[in-house]
Amino acid sequence: MSDLTRMTAAQLGAAIAGGETSAVEVTRAHLDRIAAVDERVNAFLHVDAEGALAAAERVDADRAAGRAQGPLAGVPIAVKDVLTTRGVPTTAGSKILEGWQPPYDATIVTRMREAGLVILGKTNMDEFAMGSSTEYSAYGPTHNPWDLGRIPGGSGGGSAAAIAAYEAPLAIGTDTGGSIRQPGAVTGTVGAKPTYGGTSRYGLIAFSSSLDTPGPCARTVEDAALLHAVIAGHDPRDSTSIPAAVPDVVAAARRGATGDLSGVRLGVVKEFSGEGAEPGVSAAVREGIEALVKLGAEVVEVSCPHFEFALPAYYLIAPSECSSNLARFDGVRYGLRAGDDGNRSLEEVMSLTRDQGFGPEVKRRIMIGTYALSSGYYDAYYGQAQKVRTLISRDFAAAFEKVDVLVSPTTPFVAFEFGSRTSDPYQMYLADLYTIPSNLYGGPAISVPVGLSDGLPVGFQIMAPTLADDRMYRVAAALESAAGVLTPPSL
Amino acid sequence: MATYEPVIGLETHVELGTNTKMFCGCPTVFGAEPNTQVCPVCLGLPGSLPVANKAAIEATIRIGLALNCSIATWCRFARKNYFYPDMPKNFQISQYDEPLCVDGYLDVDVDGQTIRVGIERVHLEEDTGKTLHIGGATGRIHGATESLVDYNRAGIPLVEIVTKPVAGTGQLAPAVARAYVTELRDLLRTLDVSDVRMEQGSMRCDVNTSLNKPGEEWGTRTETKNVNSLRSVERAVRSEMLRQASVLDAGGSITQETRHFHEDTGDTTSGRSKETATDYRYFPEPDLVPLAPDPAWVETLKAALPETPRARRARLQQEWRVSDHDLQSIVNAGAVELIEATVAAGATPDAARKWWLGELARRANNDGVELSALAVTPADVAELQQLVDAGKLTDKLARQVLEGTLAGEGSPSAVMAARGVEVVSDTGALTAAVDEAIAANPDVAAKIREGKVAAAGVLVGAVMKATRGQADAKTVRDLIVSRLS
Ligand SMILES: [Zn+2]
Repeated sequence: MSDLTRMTAAQLGAAIAGGETSAVEVTRAHLDRIAAVDERVNAFLHVDAEGALAAAERVDADRAAGRAQGPLAGVPIAVKDVLTTRGVPTTAGSKILEGWQPPYDATIVTRMREAGLVILGKTNMDEFAMGSSTEYSAYGPTHNPWDLGRIPGGSGGGSAAAIAAYEAPLAIGTDTGGSIRQPGAVTGTVGAKPTYGGTSRYGLIAFSSSLDTPGPCARTVEDAALLHAVIAGHDPRDSTSIPAAVPDVVAAARRGATGDLSGVRLGVVKEFSGEGAEPGVSAAVREGIEALVKLGAEVVEVSCPHFEFALPAYYLIAPSECSSNLARFDGVRYGLRAGDDGNRSLEEVMSLTRDQGFGPEVKRRIMIGTYALSSGYYDAYYGQAQKVRTLISRDFAAAFEKVDVLVSPTTPFVAFEFGSRTSDPYQMYLADLYTIPSNLYGGPAISVPVGLSDGLPVGFQIMAPTLADDRMYRVAAALESAAGVLTPPSL
Repeated sequence: MATYEPVIGLETHVELGTNTKMFCGCPTVFGAEPNTQVCPVCLGLPGSLPVANKAAIEATIRIGLALNCSIATWCRFARKNYFYPDMPKNFQISQYDEPLCVDGYLDVDVDGQTIRVGIERVHLEEDTGKTLHIGGATGRIHGATESLVDYNRAGIPLVEIVTKPVAGTGQLAPAVARAYVTELRDLLRTLDVSDVRMEQGSMRCDVNTSLNKPGEEWGTRTETKNVNSLRSVERAVRSEMLRQASVLDAGGSITQETRHFHEDTGDTTSGRSKETATDYRYFPEPDLVPLAPDPAWVETLKAALPETPRARRARLQQEWRVSDHDLQSIVNAGAVELIEATVAAGATPDAARKWWLGELARRANNDGVELSALAVTPADVAELQQLVDAGKLTDKLARQVLEGTLAGEGSPSAVMAARGVEVVSDTGALTAAVDEAIAANPDVAAKIREGKVAAAGVLVGAVMKATRGQADAKTVRDLIVSRLS
């Protein structure tokens, strides 16, 4: 057997099902890899070796007993620490939840367990998923396996880096403004944001409820699709979950992998193809488009005039919702409680807890959101941002009259060095310039590696209409067949 | 005082009697051990999400329809943001500018007048937990050494019913307030959507009061909280009218504020001032999809509404042939349902009313309980009356039998059997007793024979004594006269 950590999830699932290896062996190999490299990468906040091995043993026992298993049974996975895992610490990257052990599993965690996926542990992230670099994690940043001096993207940098460092073949991320796709882009991995409501948010510690979307991270498009198929589907515990059938994303990925895109119309977003992106990023994306044309796709330039207002609208809507969602962290019921010395009032304890428990970016967004929702400012800020959101959705609808998918760079720049954007929040926010429109609209979008710029990975974004997740997987797999899977330098 | 016109407004919160909470599957039973009816959702644990309870939405729409409101075809929940430890999420899921029901009314009768109280809105929200403050002098959060929170109540569906301002009722305002809350309570009970028990907090009232001089603009209003009985509603309005009048008479002005009503003194005291009003930063609840009740479904609910208590009272008044005044007495005694059921069990309306407003009302009053809490059923009362009508019980004996029923000895016939109580109607035994009395009182007998029938009383008394009161006095008298004529 070749190095188990270098295999794709699809290969591992097949090898386990075929008896060539066991879930326990595969799990051990990944736990060993984590032990060997994670001190340098810091992708994991918590490794649950015991739980993982127990889950792997159950998969092996089930197989021995001849019970039916899915294609990912026995495959290890890393889960972003923003999803609740029963009895396993869940911090959302924040001090305020240090040591909290949820009494329940998120719906998608339950679905992964039922599919036989083996949860290795919880991955690092910007605190409460607010950031694009993991530098806002309360537990130190994650390092990009391509260059340990650079950021792995964020907020889900831990999940993306874990995959790129071969610590896990699969991971779960959550995408509010690009937190799956931008880390995918800068680590040379695949990251997909499903249609909003296509994957359950129950058990996802909310940042911005109307935008948060859990989704798959993987090294190949097919692996992402296989994981997507496990976690997607209606959940009665989430009333924003869509009660519709999940499109067959796995079949779509396999169809795309044949390299035939004849009849597919690609829309190049005019507003996202000019300046703004680093030249190396633009060049790689252009090459990607040319590759897709060679596979038979047609290219049409489309204008989405309101996309330029997406970033400011997002930075009103997301902070507004987060200012309310994060109000519950007050030290009364769980997590950190600061200053409860018997002399302070309840209000003082709540206030001190929040002051000590939250980091600077979280505080900044809570303050922006509190302001934007305040009486007298609501219409000018939150109300106006919602109108922009409607206009952006109309831009998408108009574009999808003409084309099947929209394409753009995933993020304007390759992995940057630590500390280079923390001093100016706006420079950090620009990382999500191209990813935010799909969140505001609700449609699916995926980032696929398209090549390198100065030796660092560049991501290619494919955006599709809501509920047409299969369409983006087809195009993504076709691009992957042309551009190839990136292999990061060994650590 | 007479120089001022009051304007009142009422906000009533009603806990719905659904089996499960508003946004999760937890049970809603009152009085369970603290924090035993909770789950990740109603504890607001990170990651949990609400899902709206359809039964609660249905109940709210029915309330709106019964209050003659329009039902929204599309509306949303909103978050009301403020920090308080009994609120697990530090926001309450409520409704803001898009309530489920708007613009209705409820007619109430006060002093022979019908007053139409406008309904501004009816909306749905979740209840908070309950905080118990230990230590400190006031039982309030300030000065407490420890605070304990019970989240069993957190997430119970709560309906808020807000009236439009009620003006022009003058000195009747306190009575109007009480009549409105009473009528609302009866209506909700008829709809079977809540147990509406003010003493348990499943129905709670806030009362707004302001005064103005006739012809002038409405005055500054105060909001009186903690008004937890029908009687308190009336007292709170009256006390606030008197207080405001004396402030205004003295040349002062009214502060817009929250005031607390004190059941023991009947006074209100100042709470927090509303000048620095909390900004609740309402915004549409992004975790819930909008509500869009199907108009056809709303029509179905409307068609199935029960008769309102007021319509029912009008019908019963006709059927029972009672005056406005008598009907009011019945209503005030809380005896409408009891009398109706007693009539249904076979008694005449007059007889049913006589028992419930007479002997039983006295008994309830002595025991300090509601009529409906007495250990006697309408069927018992109907049976008792039938025994009297059949001559098996005299009125006096019937009261003794009723005592037995109230004491838990069983139905009237069971009490009669057990106690051996019955009118002595066996004429043989009675004739013997009469003859004995005549023989023992020859002088009296002679007078009766002479036609002085009034003298028969002495003989009747003697016979009653001999039969230990179990004879019918009129029968005895008739028998004596016939023996001596
Ligand atoms: Zn619950």
